[in-house]
Amino acid sequence: MKQSVTVNKTQDLKLANAAKAGLSKLKIKTPKFDLKTLAKKFAVPFISILLFIGLWHMGARALYNVEADYKIQKALADQGQVAADAMAACIASGDISCQPNTLPSPVQVWESFNTLIADHKVISADKLAFKEKTAALNEKRVAEGKAPITYTGRPSFVDQIFTSLKTVFAGFVLAFLIAVPIGILIGLSETLRNSFNWLIQIFKPVSPVVWLLLVFMIVKTMTKDSNSDSAFIISFISVGLCAMWATLVNTAMGVSSVDKDYINVAKVLKLGPLQKVFKVILPSSLPLIFTGLRITLSVAWMVLIAIELLAQSPGLGSFVWEEFQNGANDSNSKIIVAMFIIGIIGFLLDRIMLTIQNMVSFNKNATT
Amino acid sequence: MVVEDIKVKETHENGISFPSDKIMLDLRDLKKVYPTPKGDYVVLEHLNLQILKEEFVTIIGHSGCGKTTMLSMIAGLNPISGGNIAVLGNPIKGPGPDRGVIFQSPSLMPWMSALQNVMLGVNRVFPHASKAQRRDIAKYYLHKVGLDGAFDKKANELSQGMQQRVGIARAFAIKPKVLLLDEPFGMLDSLTRGELQDILIEIWNKEKITAVMITHDVDEAIFLADRVIMMTSGPRAKIGDALEINFNRPRTRKEVLEHDDYYKYRKHLIDFLEH
Repeated sequence: MKQSVTVNKTQDLKLANAAKAGLSKLKIKTPKFDLKTLAKKFAVPFISILLFIGLWHMGARALYNVEADYKIQKALADQGQVAADAMAACIASGDISCQPNTLPSPVQVWESFNTLIADHKVISADKLAFKEKTAALNEKRVAEGKAPITYTGRPSFVDQIFTSLKTVFAGFVLAFLIAVPIGILIGLSETLRNSFNWLIQIFKPVSPVVWLLLVFMIVKTMTKDSNSDSAFIISFISVGLCAMWATLVNTAMGVSSVDKDYINVAKVLKLGPLQKVFKVILPSSLPLIFTGLRITLSVAWMVLIAIELLAQSPGLGSFVWEEFQNGANDSNSKIIVAMFIIGIIGFLLDRIMLTIQNMVSFNKNATT
Repeated sequence: MVVEDIKVKETHENGISFPSDKIMLDLRDLKKVYPTPKGDYVVLEHLNLQILKEEFVTIIGHSGCGKTTMLSMIAGLNPISGGNIAVLGNPIKGPGPDRGVIFQSPSLMPWMSALQNVMLGVNRVFPHASKAQRRDIAKYYLHKVGLDGAFDKKANELSQGMQQRVGIARAFAIKPKVLLLDEPFGMLDSLTRGELQDILIEIWNKEKITAVMITHDVDEAIFLADRVIMMTSGPRAKIGDALEINFNRPRTRKEVLEHDDYYKYRKHLIDFLEH
């Protein structure tokens, strides 16, 4: 073992020297080909994915069998042996009309995913055709001062994703605009902090559903006479209100706990209040503010699904709910597809925030 | 020569021992009280100290005797409980750039470059100078502390010693009347400490800013100072003794170490501390 390590080291050294000599002008980072790190980086996660899919498949199989047995037994009890045999044959043949409705297997989910993509392509083509067809007419209508005709067909799964992203982004911006300034003000003044603390502590744990209802009460009245998209307004405001607390608390904490040394430096240099805030306090609390913003974004994405589901606003949430209500043969696997998409998008959003955080903040150690 | 021959100037509690037009910093009957649940804790009491223009004073004393408290009171960062502090006869009102501070930790803004850190103070003190002039001032002092290649390095990319160099540049660049140093080299290894002492004294020789420096290091106290002030142990700490260091300036470390008086000064200080 020891020997192999030393051999590896000398080889590495040789390789490094050769690389230095040969590529010094090109300045190319020589890729380190090391089986061990390669295995650690790719093989282990790959195995864990296989394991996950395997377990899922087996679990789905078992549930499927339970459900199928139950169906056959029921047929036997209700209608007799002939019906039971027919049911068993029907299930074995894979006919859509009699499939047991339970947790879908990985293969089914993959198929549904492809179905949804194909569906999206069809709808996109439809939209394009519609646009081409109405282009001339719309031009005429606009010239006449009338509203152009828009596509009102069913949105595809991908459209739903973008609708959800739009809602969560609007909610996040709202949370940012409310929480960061208030957080800074509260953080700067201990009096304000003490007097607003009860409010934060009481409203922080309130459930998204209640926020939605509260926003609904207000927005419903305020948008009475306008023809704006009230479902969208309600859902993005609710998302913002649910999600802003983490940013508010973190900003206030970051601003109030700036290193005393920095404050002393600001005092000795007699920086003005604005300079003190923008040159000393804000940069030093940026890591905590960003931690808050990251939590806010992930909370926003999480509550969005529930809120869309309740507010009847289009998006992934309503997609999931409609599929559940639909109860079609592939509804369950479509729901699982949506689950994965939601998870992956949530993960990507967090990565984006982390990248931005590392770009703007002096604290380069922020991870996961 | 015997120890008694060294000219020791006692600072009397009631009288002023210097002509007033030469005094830069005047601490009169200074008192600091921290209220505690068990009653008041008096850190400093009846503390009188006069520091002359262009004088370099080092302060030694046991840990926790109130040296840092005194220094932060002079800086205006810590409120005065009794007595007063005056700079050139004017009582101080809070902190201000006429008293530059070099803190124990470098206290640089880690999100700013070395140059920006120095500029932060320069912009404040010379608001009417052009941007280029202010840049030149900041660059001049960074050059003086030997950081020519590191202007644009972020503060948290610099080593501890280099950060403290920026701290020194920042303090001198605002051209204060009094420079306050709170054990600025306490956190450095002895080699770096020696380097920074040389840099500090080199700039000081040029600028001749009145300096008050707290240190735990007897050799550092003697090497840098015109006068070493010894503080009694707290509570109710005050000035215990003062020792004039009569070496010529500019000094080199070698000359100081080889001087006959050096060990007498050293013995005097150590005797006081061990007392």
